[in-house]
Formats: sequence, structure tokens, C-alpha cells
Amino acid sequence: MTTIPISWYLAVAAVLFTIGTVTVFVKRNAIVMLLGIELMLNAANLTAVTFSSYFRELGGQILVFFVMVVAAAEAAVGLAIIILLFRHRETLNVDEAQLLKL
Amino acid sequence: MERALFLIFALTAVVAALNVLLRRHPLHSALALLVVLGAITGLYVLLGAYFLAMIQVVIYAGAILVLFLFVIMLLNLRAEEARLERRPLFRWLAVPFALLLGAETFYLVRTFKENPIPSGTSVGLTEAVGRELFTTYLLPFEVTSLLILIALLGAVVLARRG
Repeated sequence: MTTIPISWYLAVAAVLFTIGTVTVFVKRNAIVMLLGIELMLNAANLTAVTFSSYFRELGGQILVFFVMVVAAAEAAVGLAIIILLFRHRETLNVDEAQLLKL
Repeated sequence: MERALFLIFALTAVVAALNVLLRRHPLHSALALLVVLGAITGLYVLLGAYFLAMIQVVIYAGAILVLFLFVIMLLNLRAEEARLERRPLFRWLAVPFALLLGAETFYLVRTFKENPIPSGTSVGLTEAVGRELFTTYLLPFEVTSLLILIALLGAVVLARRG
């Protein structure tokens, strides 16, 4: 059975992380920026799982578990904030939401 | 066979991630992210992390992304999605990122060329992960429950003040 080099997985993770970063920088829509953050988290998870399976250690996969829990909490609170922002400002543009006070 | 599967999943993930970036409507971006998550699930299976593949489908695709879709549909963005794109200066940030990415990939491929991941060795079975979670990482595991509780309370407090 053929095996896959570790660099292939790491390259895919690097590409995904870069696309996520560019999404956060380029887009002005708050929801799409959160989607970009999710993309970056997934790329980091892929790297952790790759090294975990390469070194045959479970620590990386435990880390990914915790990252997923934090991502779930972040999505819940972030989307609540976005709904609140939209209720008060009628927009999702992060450039128009410059004040902390709603 | 394994390489073909890897290439399929990797290409799907990258193309769908580009779709997340390039689509104008947030709904399309969210659906593209769903495809990315599915492809990454396939990569996890190839890596032998079966428990994480399951969790990825259940938590990410099943819970978080549905939350995103729900919020996008709740806010019903139609008139304003087109004018959120006006930031031409930031687009050029993609160029240094692309250069960085190229250098990084080149370095990776040169350094780790001869290090294949051993296939057929699965450390990520549910029993192993669960045993590790409840012995070595018991305290962090319990703290996550507190974190989830705080996030829940925060979301409720934010939602009912409006």
C-alpha cells in the first residue's frame, strides 16, 4: 500500500489557512469574516491531526477536540453579537461598526 | 488508491475554500464551507483519526454551520450584500500572502519529502481518544463544559437585551 508524504497534508493545510486569512482581510461582511476564521481553525486542526498521526501521539487529536469546542462557543457568541449589531445598525459591514457602544 | 483519494479530497477542499472567498452572497460562502468541512473529514479518515472525522461531521457540519445558515437566513440580507465589497486596497494583500504561501509550500516539500505517514495505523479510535480525555486531560475536559456554559449564558444575555 502506498503512503502519502506528510508534506502533502501540510501543504493543503497551508493553502486553506492562507485562503482563510485572505477572506478575513478582504471581506467586509461580518458573517463571512467568521467563516474565514472557521477556515483557519480547520487548517490548523488538519496540521495538528497530521502531526499526531505522523508521530503516533494522541495529543494532537485531543487538541483538535478542544479547538472544536472553543469554535462552537465562539460561533454561538459571535453570531449573537452579529444579530445584535444588525438589529441596531441595520448593516453587517464591520467598517460601519466602529463604536463599542451600540 | 490512497493517493487518488487524497488528491480528490485535497482538490475539493481547496476549490471549495476559494469559493468561500470569491462568492458574493454569504449563503453561498457558508455552503462552500460545508464542502470544505466534508473534504477535511475525508482527510481525517485517511489519517486514521476516525473519532475526529465523526466529531467533525456532527459538531462542525451539523451544529456550527447550521447556526451560520440560520443567522444568514434570519437576517435576510438582500440589498446590502453587493456593496460590502468596496475595499480594493485590501485585495492587494493577497499578493504577499500568495508569495508567503509559495515559499512555505516549497520549504515543506523540500524538508519533509521523504517522510511518509504510515498508513493503516489508527491511533484515533474512539476508545483511545476517550481514555486519554478522561485520564490525562480530565481537567481541561471539565473546563470546556464551563466554557460552553458561559458561552450559552452570554448568547442568551446578548439576545434578550435587544
